[in-house]
Amino acid sequence: MTKNNDNDGPVVDRRQALECMIWAGTGVLWTMSGGVPVSSLITDANAAETKGFSFLQMSDSHVGFSKPANPDALATLNDAVEKVKSLSTKPAFMIHTGDITHLSKDKEFDDAAQVLKGTGLQSFYVPGEHDVIDEGVGKAYLGRYGTKDTKGAGWYSFDQNGVHFIGLVNVMNLKAGGLGYLGDEQLTWLATDLAGKAASTPIVVFAHVPLWTVYPEWGWGTDDGAKALTLLKPFGSVTVLNGHIHQIVQKVEGNMTFHTARSTAFPQPEPGKAPSPGPMKVPAEDLRKFLGLTSVSFVQGDQPLAIIDQTLAAL
Amino acid sequence: MRNDVKPALRKAAGRVGQWRRPGMQAALAGAVLAVITLAARAGDAKAPADAGVAEVHIDNFAFTPAELSIAKGTTVKWINRDDIPHTVVEKGITFKSKTMDTDETFTHTFDTAGELTYFCSLHPHMTGKIIVK
Ligand SMILES: [Cu+2]
Repeated sequence: MTKNNDNDGPVVDRRQALECMIWAGTGVLWTMSGGVPVSSLITDANAAETKGFSFLQMSDSHVGFSKPANPDALATLNDAVEKVKSLSTKPAFMIHTGDITHLSKDKEFDDAAQVLKGTGLQSFYVPGEHDVIDEGVGKAYLGRYGTKDTKGAGWYSFDQNGVHFIGLVNVMNLKAGGLGYLGDEQLTWLATDLAGKAASTPIVVFAHVPLWTVYPEWGWGTDDGAKALTLLKPFGSVTVLNGHIHQIVQKVEGNMTFHTARSTAFPQPEPGKAPSPGPMKVPAEDLRKFLGLTSVSFVQGDQPLAIIDQTLAAL
Repeated sequence: MRNDVKPALRKAAGRVGQWRRPGMQAALAGAVLAVITLAARAGDAKAPADAGVAEVHIDNFAFTPAELSIAKGTTVKWINRDDIPHTVVEKGITFKSKTMDTDETFTHTFDTAGELTYFCSLHPHMTGKIIVK
């Protein structure tokens, strides 16, 4: 099937793979061929064999959080940065899918920036709902991360190695009783951004709240996410990367691959397995097994795409 | 490690069941809310309470009581008891709290009769209603 399928690791079904990723903290290499996912347990050794262009995803750093689930969210972010520095293959750049800070405070943004600078990687951000709760409702975030290329509340796109990247904002103007929200202005921009692009252009879309419905009872979805996905449907390879839910969930639908990343701060419970989606307390010595980061690799001129999740444990 | 996690989850799952049982919200409200004790015990959140101060607690990403009836002139005090910040925003933005971190509060006095729906602008699936009589 794919060139990654011949390693010696046991091939497990998706359900098992998901359990492994969430509870055992094992790295899982995930390849895709013709829309069929194949998971195999991996070690750092064969992860490093993935050739070509790769980038990192970090998410939900919640700098400023100091409750029992993680008394020092800056320290675990620092561990994540150390993990990045130790990677044998240097990623091309990093994306952060929001909730950089916990309360949008200046000091939290400053501390986060100071630590994240340590990756030495060019970094692209989108805000989470925790990054836009300053008095100016997002002014603090835009003041730091807005550029001449960002539109509206901070959405933008860029190209790298033939892959088109789109950062979306779905944490603004949320409606009573609703979920994440993109809004018509952003959707119109997205349609324009995609217009004229060849269907063969690989697309990576990243946003804080999942663009697909993971668990609406906890607000884990985006009201008008389906409208964005409809615009993306004509493309042959679409990868949707989100955060917000502090755990890995993934699915494949047609040409679309959906994946959520772990937090660098604290885990959240599996959908419906707790009274609320609030921070999940785990024994302090186990915390780093629940935190992590994601790397995504593209093999140029070929279909397979690999998403590798690593925990912060065992540095 | 899975063994470490599972008991906690099982315990949590048990709480979900309890939390979802009808009447639990009323019972909680009765326990913590002196002002609306009568209404909660009667299982009828629509009975008006005396003017004064009424409390709405935020626990587990939910407003409790989710529906509160008050007399005109009553001040409602929201208290966030979660580990995560929340807000209180009226649907028509006639009132709006700042972000409330753990144990922080927001108060608003209701001088006009009517029904008002509010939500948390961070977690908009959290909604509540104030009925002013
Ligand atoms: Cu909230």
